[in-house]
Amino acid sequence: MQKEIFDAGAEAARLAKSDRSVGAVVSFVGYCRDEDGRLAALEIEHYPGMAEAEIARVAAEAEARWPLSGLVAIHRFGLIAAGEPIVFVGAASRHRQAAFAAAEMLMDYLKSKAPFWKRAILADGAKADWVEAAASDDEALRRWSEAKR
Amino acid sequence: MKALYFAWLRERVGLAEETIEPPASVSTVGDLLRWMAGRGENYAHAFERPEVIRAALDKRHARADATIAGASEVAFFPPMTGG
Repeated sequence: MQKEIFDAGAEAARLAKSDRSVGAVVSFVGYCRDEDGRLAALEIEHYPGMAEAEIARVAAEAEARWPLSGLVAIHRFGLIAAGEPIVFVGAASRHRQAAFAAAEMLMDYLKSKAPFWKRAILADGAKADWVEAAASDDEALRRWSEAKR
Repeated sequence: MKALYFAWLRERVGLAEETIEPPASVSTVGDLLRWMAGRGENYAHAFERPEVIRAALDKRHARADATIAGASEVAFFPPMTGG
């Protein structure tokens, strides 16, 4: 959890170097879209303490489910300008399947179970309504409880 | 117990956190949601649609049927939109 911009390349490189057995690193970066010029920034509120605890809980679940040598999640909060990165998820493993699956599961949890809320700041500086949760995000999450290994 | 509010719940209530003392008859998260709605105009507005409100007890997700006994912190918030 941090306000500052992160270096996704450096994070992915660190995962690759963590262990000589690593054969695959999958990293995902989520960015703030400008919604065709309508959006200037996102304001992200979070629940300190619970955000860390939820991410740690899901990361432990991913580590129990797949053979991983590294797993990293970074989520920013505060004001994030269009074009800036918001979230980073990286997973390292011996083979690609585990790395892809772990990164995707962690990301699906971050979208709908980690306590973060987004609100759009429009191009004219006005605050828009809070972003509504997408039903598709809940559906994405359900896959992981239905399709156990 | 300590109550925390986030996003539009915080704005409607007008507070980020406060101490609440629900009566003994309030035993679950669902009871608490109904009780909160009766605490005044701003709370009535914030809690008018309990079905869209999520809750956490001591920083863990809690369903409407979860008992609040022993919890020292409750948080109310809209569905999460991270990532």
